[in-house]
Amino acid sequence: MESALQYLIVSVALFAIGVYGLIAKRNAIRLLFSIEIIANSAILNLVVFSRYLAVSNVTGRVFALFAIALLAAEAVVGLSLILAAYRIRKDIDVLEMREMRG
Amino acid sequence: MKLNMEREELTMVEFAFIALTVMAISSAILALEAKEVVYGAISLAIMLMAMAGFFILLDAPFVAMFQIIVYVGAVAVLILFTVMLVRRDKWLKPPVSGLTVVGIITGLILASTFGLLLINSTLGSVVVSSGSVSFMLIGVELISEYWVALEVLALLLAVSLIGALTLAKIEEEDK
Repeated sequence: MESALQYLIVSVALFAIGVYGLIAKRNAIRLLFSIEIIANSAILNLVVFSRYLAVSNVTGRVFALFAIALLAAEAVVGLSLILAAYRIRKDIDVLEMREMRG
Repeated sequence: MKLNMEREELTMVEFAFIALTVMAISSAILALEAKEVVYGAISLAIMLMAMAGFFILLDAPFVAMFQIIVYVGAVAVLILFTVMLVRRDKWLKPPVSGLTVVGIITGLILASTFGLLLINSTLGSVVVSSGSVSFMLIGVELISEYWVALEVLALLLAVSLIGALTLAKIEEEDK
C-alpha cells in the first residue's frame, strides 16, 4: 500500500495539468502558474526518490531545497518581466506579443 | 487505482494522502481555470501547501518548512500582488480557442503514457528504504558536499534580485 507509485501518479497528474495550462492559456500569469505546478511535480519526484530509492537519502532532499530556491528566483524574474511587459504594452496576452518574432 | 481496494482499514497516513491528493489536484486545476486570476493565485498557494503536506508525509519536514516559507510565504504573496497590479477585465471571459482542445488532448496523452509506464514498472513494490534524516545531516551535506552549488545559488539569487529591480524600473519610453 505504502509505495512510491502513488506519489509518482500524483506527480504525473500535476505535470499533465501544468502542460495543459502551458498550451491552452494566453494570460502570462497563468503560464507562470503552470510552470510552478510543473516544477512542484518535479520537486515531489525528487523527494519521493530520495525517500524510497537512495542509499544515502540526503541528496534528494538537498536537491529539492536547491530546486525550491531556484524556482523562487525564477518566479521573481518572471513576475518582473510580466510587470515590464504590462507597463509597456498595457496587456499580458502572450499571443499578442509578437514584436520579437523572427 | 489501488487506493479503493483496502477501504475498510484506512489508516491515518492513507487518509492524509487521499485528502492531500484531492486538495493538490483540484486546486491546481482551479488555479488555471478560475475566472478571476486572484482566485487562481490563492488556489495556487493552496496547492503549494498541499505539496508541503506531501513532503511531511514523505519524512522530509525540512523541505516542507522550506516550501512553506519560500513558496507560500514569499512567492505566493508576490504573485498575488503582481496579479492585482496587472489585473484587467478582459480575462474575465476568456476566449475559447482550439488551443484548449489541443492542451487537454496533450495533457491526457502525457498523463496516460507516463501513468501506464509507472504502473507497469516495478516502482509499486518499492518499500521504504529509511526514515527521516536529521536537520543536522542536511546542513552538513549542504556545507561540505554542495558548498559550490550553495555559493552559486546565493549569487544567482542576488543577480535575479538586481535583474528584477532593473526590469521594474523600465519606463514606457518605447513609443
